[in-house]
Amino acid sequence: MALSRRTLLGLAAGVPVSAALAACGSSGPGKSGGGATYWYLNGQPQEGVRAGAVDAFNKAHPDGRIKDTTFQNDAYKTKIKTAIGAGQAPTVIWGWGGGTLRTYAEAGQVDDLTSWFDQHPEVKKARFPSSFGAATVDGKIYAVPCDAVQPIVLYYNKRVFEKVGAEPPESWEDIMALVPRFNAKGIAPFSLGGQSRWTNMMWLEFLFDRIGGPEVFQAVIEGQKDAWSHPDAITALTRVQELVEADGFIKGFSSITADSNADQALLYTDKAAMMLHGAWSYGIQQADGGDFVPSGGLGYMNFPPVDGGKGDPSNAVGNPAQYLSLSSKATEEEKKIAKEFFATGVLQDAEVQAWIDNGSVPVRVGTEKLLAASKSADFLQLNYGIASKAKTFVQSWDQALSPTAAETLLDNVAKLFQLSVSPQQFAGNLNAVIGT
Amino acid sequence: MSPHTGHAPGRPPRSILPWLATPALVVFVGFAVVPLVGVFALSFTTWDGIGTIHGSGLDSWRAVLTDPGLPHALWVTFLVMAVSWAVQTPLSILLGTFLAGRQRYRAVLGVVYFIPLMLSSAAIAIAYKALLDPNFGLGAGLKLPLLVQDWLGRPGLAFGVVVFVVSWQFVPFHSLIYQGGVQQIPKSLYEAAQLDGAGRIRQFFSITLPQLRYTVITSSTLMVVGSLTFFDLIFVLTEGGPGDATRVLALDMYKRGFQASLMGPASVIAVILVLVGLALALLLRRLGGRDAGASQLEGA
Repeated sequence: MALSRRTLLGLAAGVPVSAALAACGSSGPGKSGGGATYWYLNGQPQEGVRAGAVDAFNKAHPDGRIKDTTFQNDAYKTKIKTAIGAGQAPTVIWGWGGGTLRTYAEAGQVDDLTSWFDQHPEVKKARFPSSFGAATVDGKIYAVPCDAVQPIVLYYNKRVFEKVGAEPPESWEDIMALVPRFNAKGIAPFSLGGQSRWTNMMWLEFLFDRIGGPEVFQAVIEGQKDAWSHPDAITALTRVQELVEADGFIKGFSSITADSNADQALLYTDKAAMMLHGAWSYGIQQADGGDFVPSGGLGYMNFPPVDGGKGDPSNAVGNPAQYLSLSSKATEEEKKIAKEFFATGVLQDAEVQAWIDNGSVPVRVGTEKLLAASKSADFLQLNYGIASKAKTFVQSWDQALSPTAAETLLDNVAKLFQLSVSPQQFAGNLNAVIGT
Repeated sequence: MSPHTGHAPGRPPRSILPWLATPALVVFVGFAVVPLVGVFALSFTTWDGIGTIHGSGLDSWRAVLTDPGLPHALWVTFLVMAVSWAVQTPLSILLGTFLAGRQRYRAVLGVVYFIPLMLSSAAIAIAYKALLDPNFGLGAGLKLPLLVQDWLGRPGLAFGVVVFVVSWQFVPFHSLIYQGGVQQIPKSLYEAAQLDGAGRIRQFFSITLPQLRYTVITSSTLMVVGSLTFFDLIFVLTEGGPGDATRVLALDMYKRGFQASLMGPASVIAVILVLVGLALALLLRRLGGRDAGASQLEGA
């Protein structure tokens, strides 16, 4: 007997949902006749600066306008990949360069801009030379560095340091000694938005560098076998678990997301004493923290050295710049508008000033005077110093690696902070995806 | 009515009948069968979602089937399914029976209970996430230490939160199904029971529950098959975390496909998801007996 019709209908109720889920992709917003499209991250104050540049460009070019759409950070990382794969990419693709840009370039989804840069040497000369590393794949430039240089900075709350009578840490050992002192006063030593995972990863980026030098992670990038099992890597992984075990991070950090800025709120509401975060966080704390930043409550420094470590304490980690790529699927007309935007729309004087005003160092060279004149001069000069003096500027790991390896990395980073994998298991899991 | 069509008024001619199924069939084929075939084909390939698609035989299947993540995801999926069923069913039956009463205030309560169903899963997840935040949430705001827990940061707690929120969202719907079921039970059964001296509790266990047998099966099928596709709520609430404590099959598929750019293995998971769904739906039909639709009312 064949399946009864009722059985089939019963089954049919279950199948479409799973199948629809399985097939779920997403399409970008429809191409609104003519003009180029441009997707980037939302979240103030950065969103406003990017939008301001687009508005200014559109005013000057009424015939070739750019339509911009914004997305939340974690959502964007998925959305943009899907859109590119589906041939629905925006004309201008905002990103972090590195491993993700490599996958776009290898698939022929973004245009090689090397010859365009040769024709427009002024665009290249106006940017930090260090910003081109993550834009370059196999010797060819696939993206225009934009926005600001974003080293990871150790922030601290001067008000609670005063309350406890403590001095900012000058070494890893100082950090471990500060932990019980803050815990005793009911203040979390470190704020952390652990659910976002890359927030935890920043700790490893610094510990790897300070303990073993930049060579340890470089070996991973170069695809050396068992690179994650390097003794210095294991030491770094062990150190971070020691910090977790000592209650170094705020209680419930795995429930906190960075996209909601809750981790930063913990710092400026005096609930936490310190926080490792990107340079972009300064602008957020300035905007949301009331008089925390203006009153001088916020302190900052590069990550301190670890006793006996091999890394140069001037080394920096973070995002050397953000990047704009040109979709190879765009029409000639759209590409023309986009290139015009790259040449005359991105990082113009007004945008440079806007970045500086919100406490960021734009990737344009020769801004020292503007930085010194800013109300955030002190923070900006620290950043400028980090960016220009760092012997090595390590790109954020999840951006430097391929998406496949990055997902395994983030997954295991979260488990490492949960203490549900040991340093050795962590290394083993990641050794398995080296070179993917 | 036209006098030329030699058949009963109000009835379409027999030859038209099959065509009436066409719209449903087109939608089913277009949105279920075609993607299903596509996913099945993709499961034998290697694709990063951006570049070209390469055939790679059984590589993806081998990668997924040997990954310890798969049994874990299956286990979590099963656990969510079983626990949320065990929580929702008794609650829904009780609420449904309660709401089936004729008093006016029950209708008002019924509307209130129904509200969670009208909210989107994403909105519910965001609201709960804010409420459960250990530093800025409900517990911290009301200064209730009991509510200040690392709700989404501990594997056991996070799992409990997921089951709670899922139940909170779907109990109203199943209560509605049970309410309808209870209202269809003939009054005469209760009258007879009263004459025989059965109390309310006895009536509930001897009449209401047995009469609801097929409603239980319908509601359970919806819960079980529906729980396979829990995605949005868990994705927003925990992203499968902490670690992989709440990573159900659907979430595992999404993470592999769209975050790790491994479309081949993600398609394998999708196929497994469909197979599990089919197997469960079939099993539940069997449990319900072949004549599940037949009347079981009087003289059952």
